Amino acid sequence: MSVIIGTLRSRSVTKSSHSSHNARGEPAVVRWTIISVAVIFLTIFLVIPLVTVFQQAFARGVGPYVNALLEPDALAAVRLTLLVAAISVALNVLFGVTAAWAIAKFEFRGKSVLITLIDLPFSVSPVISGLVFVLLFGAQGFFGAYLQLHDIQIIFALPGLVLATVLVTFPFVARELIPLMQEQGTQEEEAAISLGASGLQTFFRVTLPNVKWALLYGVLLCNARAMGEFGAVSVVSGHVRGETNTMPLHVEILYNEYKFMASFAVASLLALLALVTLIAKVALEKRAASE
Amino acid sequence: MTAIIEKIDGRTQNPRMMPPIAPTFGRHPSVIPGFGITLGLTLTWLALIVLIPLSGLFLKTSALSLNEFWAIVTNRRTLNALKLSFGLSLVAAMVNLVFGAIAAWALVRYEFPGRRIFDAIVDIPFALPTAVAGIALTTSFAENSWLGILLGNAGIKVSYTPLGILLALIFVGLPFVVRTIQPVLLDLDAEVEEAAATLGANRFQTLTKVILPIVLPALLTGFALSFARAVGEYGSVIFIAGNLPNVSEIAPLLIVIRLEEFKYADATAIAVVMLLASFLVLLVINRLQRWSERRTGR
Repeated sequence: MSVIIGTLRSRSVTKSSHSSHNARGEPAVVRWTIISVAVIFLTIFLVIPLVTVFQQAFARGVGPYVNALLEPDALAAVRLTLLVAAISVALNVLFGVTAAWAIAKFEFRGKSVLITLIDLPFSVSPVISGLVFVLLFGAQGFFGAYLQLHDIQIIFALPGLVLATVLVTFPFVARELIPLMQEQGTQEEEAAISLGASGLQTFFRVTLPNVKWALLYGVLLCNARAMGEFGAVSVVSGHVRGETNTMPLHVEILYNEYKFMASFAVASLLALLALVTLIAKVALEKRAASE
Repeated sequence: MTAIIEKIDGRTQNPRMMPPIAPTFGRHPSVIPGFGITLGLTLTWLALIVLIPLSGLFLKTSALSLNEFWAIVTNRRTLNALKLSFGLSLVAAMVNLVFGAIAAWALVRYEFPGRRIFDAIVDIPFALPTAVAGIALTTSFAENSWLGILLGNAGIKVSYTPLGILLALIFVGLPFVVRTIQPVLLDLDAEVEEAAATLGANRFQTLTKVILPIVLPALLTGFALSFARAVGEYGSVIFIAGNLPNVSEIAPLLIVIRLEEFKYADATAIAVVMLLASFLVLLVINRLQRWSERRTGR
């Protein structure tokens, strides 16, 4: 399972070119063929779609773009997305830190099973992650009658959106912290404790400074996914404009109404978030590598 | 420094300041506090958010008789959706295996203009919300876009066909293959290749007989991860797919449709089949990991 993390962490380490070395180099023709294939493949699948988002968003100029974003339903979607992401990220940070402390600082049986279970949401389709909460809290769900009786709304409301988002982003923070904290061992914490520090003091003054970049990195990935989640949220949202519509859902609605420019305008905000996330990620990796 | 000494002195004088001993379930008794509460909270949270909701899926399905379950799962539309999802995911993973390996090789081994930017944007499918990816891919490959016209002249229609679904699935799985192979290629010892060359192997032989076996576990892991991601993908696919029942309707979409029709049992049964399949893939990935660890001795 550590692969998943490896892939998510994906270092952009660079290596000095060895092509001058005969034993490791290919003929120039082969080399440039491989480079061309790689560049064309990445351009078609990554560059063109990304450029398209901004091109379509500004197709009619800056004025209409800004107007599309200032539309009340769009603003409501932005607010809801920020709220859902803030709650979900906070919950996952709490969980991630707690789980990483238990797993990395202590030995106990069944640890590898626990790690696998934490990773489980990675391999569940987002649609299924939404479906499970409909089955529990929907009108026909296990708790449906009880919730109706007490007039509690979970599905088609904020709690449902948060639950689905928390499930989808569940592993992000924990998976960044666990391997690092395991690697760092327990010596520093043991020293702090034996010098009289309390558990919380030890955590905030010893452990947290050691893992701050990894934690920030986890928060970054968790936030990007939380704001961009579509499948799981789509199932539990009910798509009420201005009320339960997050930004990705708003993008879908506008697109299906053939309001392409407005749809891409909202989408461009999410694409910008993705770009900022990637840039911050590269910066964080450099920082972590230099320490 | 003096403060530390004082603290140590203070502790030895006052036994009440001794650190509390954490419960020791394992081999090493630990002086670090918080084991009980952190593990307890972790398990509770895991159960509430992940385990109980997911087991509700199986509980709901168990209310069906075996015949009912079988009838739903072997329904023509369901079978076609499952075939489409799993089949296209397999093809997408294979395309990613080949082109992802080529891209990883180029990014690690060669210097070319824009290499670092290309390296950074490999993660775009991880970071870009799937709905945005969906409308972007649909517009990029639409019949009136230059890519669409180019493909149209070659007689290839992408939007609203299974081919469009394939493109979306390649998009979402792409980083998995590249990012699993990259570190292995970076770690590759130069001496191994030099030794092969010294012993008379040509470059092609070195590549297939020396490098490939080393990279193979990473290749297979990337393939499996890319496949697993593609099977469950929803957001980036539904815009470009056309969503014609039996033709271009993926399994996750059919789950959503059944839910909207209030056919909860149908939606759940399809979900259970997909979930079991992804567990199987997960198992394979785990095995691959262990195999690769054994081989590389790490």
